[in-house]
Amino acid sequence: MSWRSPPVSRMATIDKPDLSQSLDSHRARGNAADRARHWPAEASILLVLLGLALAFELLGWIFVKQSFLFNEQRLVVMILQVSVIGIIAVGVTQVILTAGIDLSSGSVVALTAMVSASLAQSSDAVRAIYPSLTDLPVVVPVLVGLAVGALAGLLNGTLIAWTSIPPFIATLGVMVSARGLAKWYTHGQPVSMLTDRYADIGSGAVPVVIFLATALIFHVALRYTRYGKFTYAIGANPQAARVSGIRVAKHLILVYTLAGTLSGLAGVVTSARAESGQSGMGMMYELDAIAAAVIGGTSLSGGVGRITGTVIGTLILGVVTSGFTFLRIDAYYQEIVKGAIIVAAVIADQYRQRARIRGV
Amino acid sequence: MSAALQPECLLEVNHVRKAFPGVVALEDVSLRFNCGTVHALAGENGAGKSTLMKIIAGLYRPDAGELRWRGQPLRLSSPRHALETGIAIIHQELNLMSCMSVAENIWIGREPRNRIRLISHRALHRQTRDLLARLHLDLDPGAELRTLSIAGRQLVEIAKALSYESQLLIMDEPTSALSEHDTEHLFAIVRELKNQGKSIVYITHRMDELFAIADEVSVMRDGKHVGTDRPANLTRNQIIRMMVGRELSQFFPAPPVTSGAVVLSAQRLTLRPHFHDVSFELRAGEILGVAGLIGAGRSKLAETLFGLARATSGRIEIGGRTARIDSPHAALSRGMAFVTEDRKETGCFLKLSVLENLEVALLSRAFVEYGFVRKSAITRACAAIAQLLRVKTPNLQVPIEQLSGGNQQKVLLGRWLLIEPKILILDEPTRGIDVVAKAEIHQLIVRLAAQGTAILMISSELPEILGMSHRIMVMQEGRLTGILSREEADPVNVMALATR
Repeated sequence: MSWRSPPVSRMATIDKPDLSQSLDSHRARGNAADRARHWPAEASILLVLLGLALAFELLGWIFVKQSFLFNEQRLVVMILQVSVIGIIAVGVTQVILTAGIDLSSGSVVALTAMVSASLAQSSDAVRAIYPSLTDLPVVVPVLVGLAVGALAGLLNGTLIAWTSIPPFIATLGVMVSARGLAKWYTHGQPVSMLTDRYADIGSGAVPVVIFLATALIFHVALRYTRYGKFTYAIGANPQAARVSGIRVAKHLILVYTLAGTLSGLAGVVTSARAESGQSGMGMMYELDAIAAAVIGGTSLSGGVGRITGTVIGTLILGVVTSGFTFLRIDAYYQEIVKGAIIVAAVIADQYRQRARIRGV
Repeated sequence: MSAALQPECLLEVNHVRKAFPGVVALEDVSLRFNCGTVHALAGENGAGKSTLMKIIAGLYRPDAGELRWRGQPLRLSSPRHALETGIAIIHQELNLMSCMSVAENIWIGREPRNRIRLISHRALHRQTRDLLARLHLDLDPGAELRTLSIAGRQLVEIAKALSYESQLLIMDEPTSALSEHDTEHLFAIVRELKNQGKSIVYITHRMDELFAIADEVSVMRDGKHVGTDRPANLTRNQIIRMMVGRELSQFFPAPPVTSGAVVLSAQRLTLRPHFHDVSFELRAGEILGVAGLIGAGRSKLAETLFGLARATSGRIEIGGRTARIDSPHAALSRGMAFVTEDRKETGCFLKLSVLENLEVALLSRAFVEYGFVRKSAITRACAAIAQLLRVKTPNLQVPIEQLSGGNQQKVLLGRWLLIEPKILILDEPTRGIDVVAKAEIHQLIVRLAAQGTAILMISSELPEILGMSHRIMVMQEGRLTGILSREEADPVNVMALATR
């Protein structure tokens, strides 16, 4: 128990006259403005999500003569296809909150997919990577996968915290090396014939559940724990954080390790869903994850952002992808529009920040 | 009064009004700035001085009223327009590029070109040398800004402003980061500029400066012009009364007598190349002032005591036992607290709320159970401390950047008071904040000492050091040159030790 009573009793003797005056006199005037300011930043992104969904619904009735939203299968697929991105984005959001960046997520997905798939092969596999290690209980490949991700994250964090090279460079290096490791692991051969139990992790709506559970856990962690408070503080002003007694280096290592672990989890889900491990998996996932976080209102300069925003950002990516497929629009256009959405999100974010500074 | 006796009026501000959403910043303000005069502008933070200056510098447009430049109406469309007219502003926060040279900073965007339209570095350096010589400034045109002291950078800002051949120079608290010595130098430059016929608007919180330099003083309060007069016709207390609308009973509350145990001692503490062989003792309930010029190593000493820098040699003892303080976290867990010199750089989390700024240090020590923050309890503690310090804020959820400097400083103090420190290190605790907040902070420091907190207070303001401290230790270029008792200390012998 590290809790103790507020230290105010001693201080309360200091100053008695018109104590509450300053706070009270502002309260009446403050309330209306507060409500406007307390309207969470996610509200506007949620509106964008709903707007996009409604637009596709409308276009659906006009061009395809069917509903976009009222189709259970499509809704599941919509979230399913972005679940892996979403899991990574939950980790990347925390990294970006510390004013960092993680470019290695996609490669870590590939490396993890390879390693954990190699430990998840069934005894039916013709040429198993580890012939003596087939039909292992499903926890083994999962835990090893998470550990691989954690190690990659630990490496990122240690490089950044100890050598103080920019996160962009550190994670760029790990991105290239991890992809290389993934290819080297089987000399480019895919790993297939995985156990049914392992494949179950990626089947049906399981990835969606994993995504939402991850998001919930880290939403709580960021908002209600000391870990979260320190993450925001470091992102807002690392020097002030250090002066305030936060062990900044240690905390950064923790944040990057968690982000790596989540990339590892994404790798497990990806390989389970594909029922194989391939070294080309997770290509460009890091950018989609960063995009999801940024669309969701996380500021690249650190200190501002929430998991709820990231979840909505992820869903926006999902809606756009599904919507275009639904309207049978070329995949090329999808990417063009996706790029435009990311840029538009950041522009909107800038305006929001400027408004905040002006105090409007 | 006949017109002939009046000095020529350079800039006239007539009935200017400016409102922002929710607040009227300026209400019917009229002022005259004459040629060849130093016109001081005084007022608490939030009195409207900065808004008025921003209007004069073309950053804001007035809602009503007008400016007249040499009798002609002036409608400024941009800061650039103001510069071209002959109005330059030197901001409180310096706007210079630290990795570029003095010359490049002064002429940025206006560099001399050679025949094929490329920047001519030779011409650039020559015209910089000429400019600096004209102003009697001793600066190397090729020096990178980051190698200069804050005072040096300030001089570059002044040179830059004057390179536009400005007639009206606005200085917004130019001495807030300067030592007494550099302040004197700055005053010499201001007087020289005045003799050249330029007009200077000088914004300051410091009464001494106002009397030392100003030909005219205007006071503003709550967005209104309270009055203008010659300093000779005014007393200190009159000006303060005009600023705050009431008289402050006393400037410095007398510190209580103490004879507590030694809680902190430094023995031959050295951090090369910043300070050498510094030894002192700090007792419970004592306020030990640290005086010295900028660059004397005072801030580095504080940083070393708090674990932000590692001493090259020497020993720190806390409560009689040798303490290894290798991080602020270690210092914090030994009951030390440190309010740093630079509010923006190392103090505030500007994007975060007042509450988040208050609770951050406390979270390392209390109100956390299994990693989870006890939100309502910690909020209550923070609200109580905010009330105690009379932090003016609508609520604890607003971002701290919306608060005035004085209130931000109170929040930073509150952050550390929440951990109930045994040793409180204050580095320039009242820099750049208004008179009222300053007095409140002074009272608070004294009361903390009365309750047994040991306080080490660095300050470049002699009156503050002399008025507040039980003992004063003076540093000069990294060496401790003397420790004076309250009785022995006066401005003369402190400055003597600081400049020996």
